[in-house]
Amino acid sequence: MLHALIAILTFQLLGETAVRALALPLPGPVLGMMGLLAAMIGSARFAALIRPTAQGILAHLSLLFVPAGAGVVGHLATLGGQTGAILLAVVLSTVLAITVGALTFAAVARLTGSQDD
Amino acid sequence: MTDFADIWSYLSQGPLLWLTATLAAYALGDACFRLAGRSPLVNPVLIAVAALAVLLHLTATPYATYFEGAQFVHFLLGPATVALALPLYDSLPRLRRAFAPALAALLAGSFTAALSALAIAKALGVEGVVLASLAPKSATAPVAIGIAEGLGGSPTLTAVLVILTGITGAVVATPLLNLLGLRDWRARGFAVGLTSHGIGTARALQVHPTAGAFAALGMALNAIATALVAPLSLSLIQQGFP
Repeated sequence: MLHALIAILTFQLLGETAVRALALPLPGPVLGMMGLLAAMIGSARFAALIRPTAQGILAHLSLLFVPAGAGVVGHLATLGGQTGAILLAVVLSTVLAITVGALTFAAVARLTGSQDD
Repeated sequence: MTDFADIWSYLSQGPLLWLTATLAAYALGDACFRLAGRSPLVNPVLIAVAALAVLLHLTATPYATYFEGAQFVHFLLGPATVALALPLYDSLPRLRRAFAPALAALLAGSFTAALSALAIAKALGVEGVVLASLAPKSATAPVAIGIAEGLGGSPTLTAVLVILTGITGAVVATPLLNLLGLRDWRARGFAVGLTSHGIGTARALQVHPTAGAFAALGMALNAIATALVAPLSLSLIQQGFP
């Protein structure tokens, strides 16, 4: 648990450092995730060490956006008349993205003859 | 004996009270979610946010004071993003067998999510900070918040838009995909996870295990893709198409 936590924080630290040093258009933790993934692919033993701690952090992933979410109350006044427009944009774009994503996946799977198991 | 008002003024200024309140509000939301049979309409985060908003309003506590306590939870967003390597690692064998369809769907879906949201919002007069907060809404919350900060958006607004996108996807996915007549569980799951991140993935897991695995894959891949797609889409929409 301790070593896994150190490893996760170290990959985040490396990600943040690289993003700033190289001015990359990615959040540091996303680069850290790619680094951790590469390390897990490289060593099955390392992947087994990370697993319980990563599962523990991810088990309550939704809890982690509560503090940021609670700040929306302060925004309600600034949003004002835009609320309807934003809701419409969220709902329509979600319907469109699911449709386009699923149809593209199915069409390319048919073209390449890709099947599951 | 100390007056209650003195004890309150001491506790309400420190991090302990608001950290406890954040965890308790989430536990309340989670209990409601379980009681409602895990319906995607009863979202634990929305309930927790509403409960905290009422509490902060009633006690006249500024958000900055609240955040001093809540920042310990907020901080974990970074390590949680790094930990997303685990579900991605677990779905690698399936990704190898469906590499071309997954990559095509990732590009098409990620751009559709960001560009259509921005185009609709801009057409309806939304601009500036709010537009930047909308761009990464299909990515999982920790990543979306990081991207919004980089784009000059509002992390708090992004957090709420991400949750609303998740709930919308979880509610519309099954009827929408049935309407389209799609029977490939991989395609269905991947599109839902890509668009509606963790909330959509939880819904896909309830529907079919293959859909759940591909939803987790879609979510993890779009966390990476959105980091590139959101800034690109935002600059395209802000400059306007000729």
